Amino acid sequence: MSVKQISVFLENKKGALAEVTSFIASHGINLYALSIADSQDFGILRIITDNPDNAREMLKNEGYTVTATSVLAVEIDDTPGSMASILNVLTKADVIVEYTYAFIGKAANKAYMIFRVDNKEKANEALIESGISTIDQKDLFLK
Amino acid sequence: MVENYYQKEIETMSHEQIKAHQDSLIGKQIKHVYENVPYYKNLMDKKGVKPEDIKSTADLHKLPFLTKSDLREAYPYGLLAKPLSECVRIHSTSGTTGKRVIAFYTQHDIDIWEDCCARAIMAAGGTKEDVVQVCYGYGLFTGGSGFHGGSHKVGSLTLPMSSGNTERQIQFMMDLNSTILCCTPSYAAYIGETLKEMGYTADNIPLKAGIFGAEPWTEEMRRDIEKTLGIKAYDIYGLTEMCGPGVAFECSAQNGMHINEDHFIAEIIDPDTGEVLPEGSKGELVFTCLDKEAFPLIRYRTRDICVLTREKCSCGRTHVKMLKPTGRSDDMLIIRGVNVFPSQIETVLLEQGYTPNYRIEVDRENNSDTLDIFVELSSEQFSDTVREIAAKEKALASAMKTTLGINPKMHLVPPKSIARSEGKAVRVVDKRKLH
Repeated sequence: MSVKQISVFLENKKGALAEVTSFIASHGINLYALSIADSQDFGILRIITDNPDNAREMLKNEGYTVTATSVLAVEIDDTPGSMASILNVLTKADVIVEYTYAFIGKAANKAYMIFRVDNKEKANEALIESGISTIDQKDLFLK
Repeated sequence: MVENYYQKEIETMSHEQIKAHQDSLIGKQIKHVYENVPYYKNLMDKKGVKPEDIKSTADLHKLPFLTKSDLREAYPYGLLAKPLSECVRIHSTSGTTGKRVIAFYTQHDIDIWEDCCARAIMAAGGTKEDVVQVCYGYGLFTGGSGFHGGSHKVGSLTLPMSSGNTERQIQFMMDLNSTILCCTPSYAAYIGETLKEMGYTADNIPLKAGIFGAEPWTEEMRRDIEKTLGIKAYDIYGLTEMCGPGVAFECSAQNGMHINEDHFIAEIIDPDTGEVLPEGSKGELVFTCLDKEAFPLIRYRTRDICVLTREKCSCGRTHVKMLKPTGRSDDMLIIRGVNVFPSQIETVLLEQGYTPNYRIEVDRENNSDTLDIFVELSSEQFSDTVREIAAKEKALASAMKTTLGINPKMHLVPPKSIARSEGKAVRVVDKRKLH
């Protein structure tokens, strides 16, 4: 089970983020979560939306460098230690986390963790074995 | 200062004598090339010029030009005018693969080249009492060998250091009393910085003069180097196609380089029409080898834009002076002494699966050239981690280094950040203010 994340390659300069988010807004796409990675020259904006295929197409047509990445989404209790327990499972399973970020879900006392890992299948298996389930795109916004 | 000459009679002969000397050789040289270089014979035949038509330098304009693309087409032996058994050496232009130029030398050719370099060394005040430290690269590049040979001819003690290992260069300089430094101006500046870092000043080194070339440099840079190293800095001009350094050299007047007219005829042409321009005009510099045997290029277009002057020189030399080139009639960049064409960069990008949307930025930091290449990253190549993009940049830099011979800093950027002008794309931004 995984979620489709859209990544946009941006110039690391003033206004770049405002420009792309305004563009996304103007097309009525809602951002559920985002994270940014940056280097001196560039930034990578990663977003979770309700309609990733649509978002990707629109951004691409506008001339943005954009890609879709399949990432793991895990629903966790909004309590101390939830994140650590997941990371411990992944570490034990020898899974490397490339990056992760969190957002608060619509359900009360729940949070979502997004993970990009080097081996999704292995990560999924290890999490299921530990009784932690990953969720799918459609489940992400129903709750 | 007492003016020293390596070949005083030649270097100070009257203009009439120089002209008579050139006239006496040109016919013979054209005949030699016509008979031994089918490639050039073909060009002459096409133009309807016979060797008999060239009786003096006044007939030079009738002859076809040679360009770098002829050299590529004729690679490697197509412009060779002597049997290989009579050649003793090969040199080649730096770095580039696609546009490599190979030049051949007989012993006679080496001799006249070394004479030219010896004239440059003596014009910079060199004598047999001097220690000449050669930090130009040795090898296929002409810099090292040319000065090495010239220094031998002067009778100076020659230190064949080649480039690199700057602290050791300075140590040798101090231990062995080097008085004349030969290298690229950017390397001279770098030696100056290293000297400071080591806690020394110009007073700690015995240098009195430096001969710097193989890349463009400014008057400001000259003053900087002169101050930091406590020397007088002389410019030198050359190109592998002619021989290497020493085609022209600066004298004590430091206001232009005397072209060795007993070996090379210089013309200034309009780069668009090919028409010879009157003396004093600014245009493209064209050279004809008067007495080279193995690789005697005729009317070779250097692509350097400059002005020739026959004004009387205070050093007593009579050979025509070329002022520092003010530009190029093609898009070649000289970066850290290496010739770089934007088309080479484009080729590497396409080979590596990138779009040909790029911008080249050349700048100079602390007197050393920097090369930054900005390339559009398409959605197809985009992976969403910083690490993977950095790895891509590194791989691309390494591919560039293989082709260009120098290491650029690669920047993968979003498409929109490379400006698209309405007309011709601005691919190259040279911020060095060289001219």
